[in-house]
Formats: sequence, structure tokens, C-alpha cells
Amino acid sequence: MWSIGPIGFAAPWLLLGLIALPILWILLRAVPPAPIRRRFPGVALLLGLTDDENQTDKTPWWLLLLRMLAVAAVILGFAGPILNPQNARDGTGNLVIILDGTWAGAATWQAKIDRVDTLLSEAALADRRTAIISLTDLPIGDLPFAAPTEWQNRLPNIAPKPWQPTDAAAWFADKTDSFETLWISDGIDYAGRDDLLAALESQGTVTVFQTPRQTIGLRPARFEDGQTLVSATRTPIGNATETTITAIGLDPAGVERQLATVPTTFEAGEAVAETAMILPPELRNRITRFEITGTRSAGAVSLTDDALKRREVALIAGRDEREALELLSPLYYLREALEPTADLIDGAMEDILLANPDVIILADVAILTDIEQDGLRDWVEDGGMLLRFAGPRLAASDLGRNNEDPLLPVRLRSGGRSVGGAMSWGEPKTLAAFAEDSPFFGLPVPDDVTVTSQVMAQPDPTLADRVIAQLADGTPLVTRKTMGDGQVVLVHVTANAEWSTLPLSGLFVQMLERLAVSTRSATPDAAELAGTTWLPNRVLDAYGRLGDGSALPGVAGELLGAGTPGPDLPPGLYAGGDRQLAINVIGKDTMLNVAQWPARIAVEGMAVTRETALKGWLLAAAISLLLIDVIASLAIGGRLRGPRADVAAALALLMLWAPEAQAQELDDFAVRATSNVVLAHVLTGDAETDEVAEAGLLGISQTLFRRTSIEPAAPLGVDLETDELAFFPFLYWPITADQPLPSREAYGKLNRYLRSGGMILFDTRDADTARFGSGSPEGRKLQAIARSLDIPALEPIPSDHVLTRTFYLLQDFPGRYASRDVWVEAAPPDAEQVEGMPFRNLNDGVTPVIIGGNDWARAWAVNDMGGRMFPVGRGMAGERQREIALRFGVNVIMHVLTGNYKSDQVHVPDLLDRLGQ
Amino acid sequence: MTEPLALRSQAETLAAPLPALLAEAEHLATTVLLGDHGRRRAGVGDTFWQYRPAQPYDEARSIDWRRSARSDANFVQDKEWQIAQSIILWIDQAASMSFTSDDNLPSKATRARTLGLATAILLIRGGERVGLTGLRLPPRRGEAQLMQMAQLLSLEDDTDYGAPEAQGMLPHSRALFISDFMGDMAPVEAALLRAADRGVRGALLQVLDPQEEAFPFDGRTIFESMSGTLRHETLKAGDLKQRYLNRLAERKDRLQHLARTTGWQFSTHHTGESAANALLWLYGALERHA
Repeated sequence: MWSIGPIGFAAPWLLLGLIALPILWILLRAVPPAPIRRRFPGVALLLGLTDDENQTDKTPWWLLLLRMLAVAAVILGFAGPILNPQNARDGTGNLVIILDGTWAGAATWQAKIDRVDTLLSEAALADRRTAIISLTDLPIGDLPFAAPTEWQNRLPNIAPKPWQPTDAAAWFADKTDSFETLWISDGIDYAGRDDLLAALESQGTVTVFQTPRQTIGLRPARFEDGQTLVSATRTPIGNATETTITAIGLDPAGVERQLATVPTTFEAGEAVAETAMILPPELRNRITRFEITGTRSAGAVSLTDDALKRREVALIAGRDEREALELLSPLYYLREALEPTADLIDGAMEDILLANPDVIILADVAILTDIEQDGLRDWVEDGGMLLRFAGPRLAASDLGRNNEDPLLPVRLRSGGRSVGGAMSWGEPKTLAAFAEDSPFFGLPVPDDVTVTSQVMAQPDPTLADRVIAQLADGTPLVTRKTMGDGQVVLVHVTANAEWSTLPLSGLFVQMLERLAVSTRSATPDAAELAGTTWLPNRVLDAYGRLGDGSALPGVAGELLGAGTPGPDLPPGLYAGGDRQLAINVIGKDTMLNVAQWPARIAVEGMAVTRETALKGWLLAAAISLLLIDVIASLAIGGRLRGPRADVAAALALLMLWAPEAQAQELDDFAVRATSNVVLAHVLTGDAETDEVAEAGLLGISQTLFRRTSIEPAAPLGVDLETDELAFFPFLYWPITADQPLPSREAYGKLNRYLRSGGMILFDTRDADTARFGSGSPEGRKLQAIARSLDIPALEPIPSDHVLTRTFYLLQDFPGRYASRDVWVEAAPPDAEQVEGMPFRNLNDGVTPVIIGGNDWARAWAVNDMGGRMFPVGRGMAGERQREIALRFGVNVIMHVLTGNYKSDQVHVPDLLDRLGQ
Repeated sequence: MTEPLALRSQAETLAAPLPALLAEAEHLATTVLLGDHGRRRAGVGDTFWQYRPAQPYDEARSIDWRRSARSDANFVQDKEWQIAQSIILWIDQAASMSFTSDDNLPSKATRARTLGLATAILLIRGGERVGLTGLRLPPRRGEAQLMQMAQLLSLEDDTDYGAPEAQGMLPHSRALFISDFMGDMAPVEAALLRAADRGVRGALLQVLDPQEEAFPFDGRTIFESMSGTLRHETLKAGDLKQRYLNRLAERKDRLQHLARTTGWQFSTHHTGESAANALLWLYGALERHA
């Protein structure tokens, strides 16, 4: 292939044709445009006129240039130009393509697969046996050599895994074949890569494909100083970049959504960027995972477990009656103990109950209002934990004296007791070791914890079960009872150091932790995990998508403790007992490093510059140029103007784009409807009715043409659903019993039509058998149709209605039948007849509807021969009735077109005269 | 619409343009008829015009006794003047008249025939005698004349440009020439002068296509007359426009001048315009001296 720069030519000798272009120039220049022949009677006037001398008969230069360019494009196009022509990779022998297949390559996996596909195509040309091995998913047995075409079929099945290769070097160690290696690297370093490289090099040459690409990962979030710290890490190359980290969790409705987003900025060359996310505890406890927005890999997802969840603890103390020192505050030690591990809430009881905390601690609170008591009980029964501390007020109150208080685990004896004080005998009491069924079992009891005062429990049958910690003398120190789903715990001493030294000791904190008041430490240690089994709950794939893990086998606690994901331990969320543990691809100390290769290894980029055949483009350009040439030639030849120019222009445009025919149809309808006055009838779907309606309107149109200055064109049938109504001043609507109701849109159109001055003549065509309003099928259908129409109040045509005198003076409105029941819009109630006037002054709008059943269309109808289609009545009386029907039609159309013109008082003298008054 | 003709036009689906032409002309004529009737002065006729006191020269038998009995004086009944005038039409039927620039426009010939026939209908309804020039159809009254006239008018001539014949003109009659007057002016001039010699007056109506008035051509063009006998080639038609228009204006001026000297009326009508206007003008022009 012969090439200039990035463009190669498949048939370069065709380019010689370009030499012929100047010859073509000269040839084309000599030929003037062909003349047009036109028939033109005015030629007699032209005879003898001569052209200006300087008028050239040669083609203008720009048109020539256009044609030259077109021809040049054709020549170049057929020479087969190709952008970025590819030279195939050559080589022989076995070929092994290695894919890292880690999560880091997931984002660009398709590009990698495409690259492998290209490599396989080349291997297929060279007829090389090939094996493809994904390092994270090593096949069992020998190297899976196969034909490249077979591998091409299996390519879609190869998927990246959310962990890193582990013992690939060992796997290759016992392979004896020699092969060439093409290594598609994901671009990050991992343990054992150098060993693997050494193992592969011992078998043959190694070529690496790797793009210098930044890989970003998200480290597990942690909680510190009241804020959630999220940190992202990347391969430390490149400039300062900004990424966005999103916290995702379930909203109260159980729908997963973004709860918060924070931007994080990597400084140039920095590997780690950390940002604080300040979230309300309610929101924070809902977070299930963090993600780096817009990155599709398992490394960009960090699942959260219990470590991030913190319990909400509400602290309520009895009213302070004195200006207490801070160290004497009943809540001081609780605060100190809980602050590092829990979210503390202060406030009034009602507000706290609304916040639904995990634990409420009442320190020496004796008196609760009924509302508070009920609220607390409901909350405890729903799973809350109420922790109460005793104190002087509780001891002094009568709470739980005779009956067991629902919010106390035991009955209390009045007063409590003091031991070892200045006014009492005995030594301060120490704690007894914790019993086996106590939640505190196993905690060492320090010797220096002493109790000097306490409230005493009444000995009850249930007391023994409820004690979970007692003093050395057997008196209860901590009692507990369950209530519903929750529990109530009473510590029989104060929460400050007044009654005992317990709050000063480390035991206090441990006891709170055991009671699940405070949050347990984030990660369980190895000792705790030993021997446990954890079940995968949700697992991540390499693309960072969460899937169901319930089908996977359980994982031993020891493996979980190591925390490194692998084939046995896919990253995800593991559940064990009441705890959850997240295994993430990126640990809290993981650093991402760019994979560095020794100088002897050839490293190629991933990008495949595709061959682009330019032939099509060039030929398309040539055709467009020729099309422009056609239009330009027409313009120069004068064919774009003058007669038939519209045809030429249309053809020229047609060559560029196809016209839309449907609009034309609509336009035709609009033009037909508006170029003249057109009477229209509503198509009912019943062929005979529609035919009669059209014939009737044709008859009345002809009558109007002959007798009046209205010259209507042929009537049109109107489909309410599709046709525009606004073109027609008048609609005739014959009602059939079985016509469908108009759609909502059609009703909208009809109401717009009626409001904007149109008129509909409803004809039930049943006046021979039914009276107005009686239940004929047509009448009922009319009622159904009219229900959704905007029709005003109606009245029978009054004798002074303008319809009685718009053209003819009429008092009857017969059609084929002669019922007098014809209804129009009612006159306004305040219209009054002035003395001496023949009619009331009703100067308002045209009646929007006329409703009757006289079957006017049949009385008006004419057939093709101009004769009447239907007989009316008998003999001359019938003809008279038909005449009156036609006159009614004329009056109606006159009324539609002239409105209330004839209602004007100006006409009164003439009308009086004609009325013979 | 006149009933029988309209019916015939609907019923007989004749390819011949005759009934359609008549119907169209009738339609056109009705627009004028509504406004103006009669001669509005006393004279010889059939319809009542007025009673006037009898004069000594009135014959006794002309006294209207019924009217005279109601008063002391004698009265004579005047009839409305109904005088028959002969009008000769010449409507150019040459090939140049069949030109139309647009399918939506009627050809000049169609328009000229419609106008001529409509005028004839008006005149015959008004009681005049109408005929064609050149002894083809001597002036006569009655509706039957219209049919014959329509038949003759629907013939077409092969010649490129038509020339009027001045034969068959009765002295002091009226004449109507409808043509595009694109051809040689000498026969027109001769015919007009001859007519003027005989005391014939009338109207010239030049019917032109809008394209003939606008000359919207450009580029290398060969112009041909309708039958192809005349031809003119130009390399740039656009340049000829002004000179063509000048010549056209010159021709109109000449016709105008000719009409003025012979006491005729002249007007130009374009097929793109409404025919009713032209008919109104024709009616007025012929009525003026009737």
C-alpha cells in the first residue's frame, strides 16, 4: 500500500487521473450551457433585439471549479484512500494472551476485549494457536490452546473479577510449552507480578499492552470527631483532579437513593484525598455504601458495616435544683463514657421520643407525666432500651413502692440504704463476680469499685431472674426486665460518683458497651472471629454492582479477618449473628501503584487506530458537489426562474431531501374548506346517513347559490376526530342511534368550535314518531352526545327569533317532517318587548345550536340529476312544505353568516311594512 | 345559473368546451345583470315606462283611457325605450392566444372567449343583436344565437397572430375586439380605421398573460412563438427584459392612441385578474354609447 502521511491508497495508480483535470477544464470551459426553449407569444416584440457584446457564452470559473472538485473527489475516492492503514502483527508459534482481569480494568473492559479481538484476528491470519488467560480466574489444568476464531466466540464470557491475581506465577511454573506472551495489563501493580513476568519470560517473549491511565479507588469511610471521613486513593500520577463521592442508602420509604455527595480534590501528584462528610446521625446510619461518581469499578465502591453506625443515646437527668458543679452532674460520667462511641441527644422527653433513639438514659428521674410514661412504654415495647440510674430523688419518691412500675424492673423499698459512710456501720460494698447468664459475664471486676449507697429491691419471686449484677453481699446492683421488644434496666446507684465509684472505673464503660448502649469497636479482632462462620449477604462484582450473595457458601471468620478479597472471599457484606462486616476491595491502607515494567519489555498502548476507509466520504462529497452543480447550472441557465421553475426547483430540492406528503393532504383539506363558504356535515359512520346529509347540504347550497348572494362550494363531510372544525361556519349533525361518542379531544374541539361562534344543527330525524325530549333512541343518543358539550339553556324558537326573518319571513321550520319542536339558545331573561315593536331587542350572539328532529337533510337533498331524492308530504302541499324547508335552510345559513343583523332595529320599518302592519 | 344549460352541462359529460364555456359565461354575466337593467327612458318598447299628459300630436288611439278617466286631462302611456343595437364581436382565436404560463391560470383564449360570450349574453338579454365579424355570424337576437356563437368561438386558428376583419360591420353599430394584439399592428389599424369610417365604435380589450407583462426569464433561451414559426435566441434573457417591456408599453400606447383617434375604448386585462372586472369594463364601454 502506497501512503501519504496517515493516508494510504489501495489503488494509487488511479491518482494519475488527476493529471487529466486541466484538460477537462479546457474542454468544459469551451462548452456553454444548453439553451432553454420556451414558447412565448411575446417573441414578436423581441425580434431584432440583440445581446450585449460582452455577454460571455462560457461556463463561469466557479462552476468549473466545482465540477473539477467533484471529478477530483471521484478520482481520489476510487483510488481507495484509507486513514491509518494497519500493518498486521507478524509472528509464529503459540500465542498466550494474558489479561489482568482485575477490578481496575473493569471501567475499560470493553476496550481491552476489543484489543484482544484485534490481536486474535491477527493471530488467525498468522494461523497461531492461542490461549487466553485471565489472571484472576485461572483455568484448571493445562494452557487452553485453541484456534483464535474459537476464542473470539468465547471472548464475551471473559469478565473481570473484583480482586487481584494471587498465585499466577505458581500456576505458570509447571507449564512446559514455549509461547509468546501478550499481556493486557490493567495498569496497577500487585504482589507477585514480577515473579509472573519472570515465569513468562522463561517461555518466550513478552509484550505488554498498557495505557497510562489513572485508577481511582475508595477507601472505607471512618467516623472521627463527629464527622464521617471519606478518602479516595489513586495511582499517584497526573495533575490535580476532582472527583465526587456519593453516599448511597435507603430513604425512609425503603428506596435506594443518593443521600449526600461531596467533591474531593486530589492535589497534583498526591495519592490520597480525604474529605469530611458532615451528616446528621439519622442520615449517616442509613448509608449502605459510598461510591465515586462516574467510575465503574469495584474499587470505586466502599460498603459500610456496623463500624459506621452509631447508636443514638438520649440523656435525661432529673431537674437540677441547685447550682451543681459539673463533676456532680448526674450525666457527666455518662457523657464522658458515651461520647466517643455514640451520638448523644439532649432535649425534652417529647422531642426525644420523636427522634426515636436507640437508648434513653434517665439519671435519677422519678416523676414522669402520664404522656411521657405512655410514650416511653410504647417506645420500649417497640424495641427501645430504657436505662435508669437511681439517685436521691428516686429513693425519696414512692415510685414502684407497692406495685411494680412498668418502667422499673423491680419494686423498690423506700429509702434505700447507706453503708460504710460516716453515719453507718460496715465497709463500703464491693461487686460480686458476674454470673454466667449475665450480659456482663467475663468482665473482670476491679477491687476498687465500691458502693456506699443504693436503692434496694423488694424481694419478689421474679427478682432473682432480673438481677444481672449484684454486690458482694447479694443485693442487686443492676436489674433488668424485658418489655415487648425492648428492655428496662435499672442501675441501683447514681450515675455520678456520689453513691459509688463505679462511674469512675473502666468497668462502667465496658458495662455500657455490653448493654449495647455504646457502640462496639469497629472491627472484630482475630480472636473474636476465630471459629465463626459468616454468610455473604451482598457481593460486589468487578464493575461495582451489588448482587445477591445468598447463594454463595459461608466464609470462615479467620479468612474474613485477613480482609483480602480473593476467589474464596468476594468483596461484599457478610453477616454473622447480629453483626455485619464489609469486605472492600480497597482497605484503609491500600495504595495504588502504577505497574512498572523493565526496559526489556515492549509496552504498547491500548489504542487501536482504526482503519477508516475514506472512499465513501469522498464519493459522497463528489455527489453533493454534483448536486450543487445541478442547482447552480439551473440557476445560470435561467431554469430556476420563469415558467415551470417551481418544477425545476422542486426537483432540485427533491434531490437533496424528500418532501413530506402528509402535510400536503391536510393543506388540501384546509384549502378546500376555506377557499369558499363550505357547509359541512358530521360523519356519523353510517354510510346512508352521511350520503343523505351530503346530498341535503348540496341541495341547500344550490338553493343558496340561486337565491342569495351566498355561493357555497360543494359540501364536505367532517370527521370530528381528525379534521379541523374551525374552517366551517355551520355543521349539520344527523343523529343516528348507533354512532360512537366523540373522543375527549373531539369534545375539546367541538366546545372550542361552539364558543368561537360556530353553529351545529342537530337533527334527530325522528319528528314523525317522537316528540322533543321523548325517549327515542336518537333522542337518547343526542342527550349522551350533548352531555359533554358546552350548550347554553334552550327554548323553542320564539316567534320573534331572528331566525324567523334573516332572509325569508318564516314561522314554521319543517323539514321532511313538520314538527314545531325546534329549539335554540334561550333569550336572555331581561329581554322585553318594547311597545309598538314586532320583536324583542335580542342583540346577542348567534345561537350555537339548533336542535330538532325534522330531518331537514332529506327535504333538501338532491341527487346527481338535480332532482329531489325524497318525497315530502303529498302533492302541492308537500312541495310547499319542501319550499318552506328550503327557506328555513336559507334562513339558518343567513343567520350563521350574518348573525343578528336582521335583529337590528334599523330594519324595523321594512319588516313592519312586509309584515303588513 | 340558468337551469336548462346548467342541467345540460351537468348531465352531458361532453368533452367539448362549448356548454362549459357557456355556463361559465352565464355565471359571469349574472354578476353584472343584478345591477343594471333597461334603458331608462321612454321610447318604443313593450314594458310600461310612465304616464304623461297627452300632447296634440298624440294619436287618439294612443290615449290610455283607464288612466285618463281618473282625472280631467288625457294621459298617454309611454313604453320604455327598447332599441336594438347591433354589436359585432371579434375574438382572437389565433395560436398565440392559447398561451398560459401556469396550469392554474386560464389561457388567454379561454379568458377572451368567456369575456366575449358573457358580453354577448348580457347584450342579448338587454335585447341587442350580437354577431361575429367577417360574415361568419350576422348579428341576430335570441338565445339560439349564443349557441352558434359559442360553437364558432370554440374553433381554433392555426396562424400565429390573429388579425381582425372589418367586413360585415353595419354602419353605426358597435364592435368589440378582444385579442392580445401581439402580432402585426397594420391589420388592426386598418380594421379600426375602416370601422371608424363607417361610424362604428366600440372597445378594444387586450388580454395578456401575467408572464407577458413580467418577462421573468433569464439565461440562454430560445423563444418560440406558439406555432413555432417565429424564434429568437438570446444568451442572457434577463438583459432583454427592460427592452421588451419598453416595446410592450409602446404597443399599448399605440393602441391607446389608435382608440382615442377612432373614438374607441381601450383597456388591458390580465388572465391573473378577475374576469368580472373586465366584464364590467366591457359592459360600461359598450353601454356608454348605446
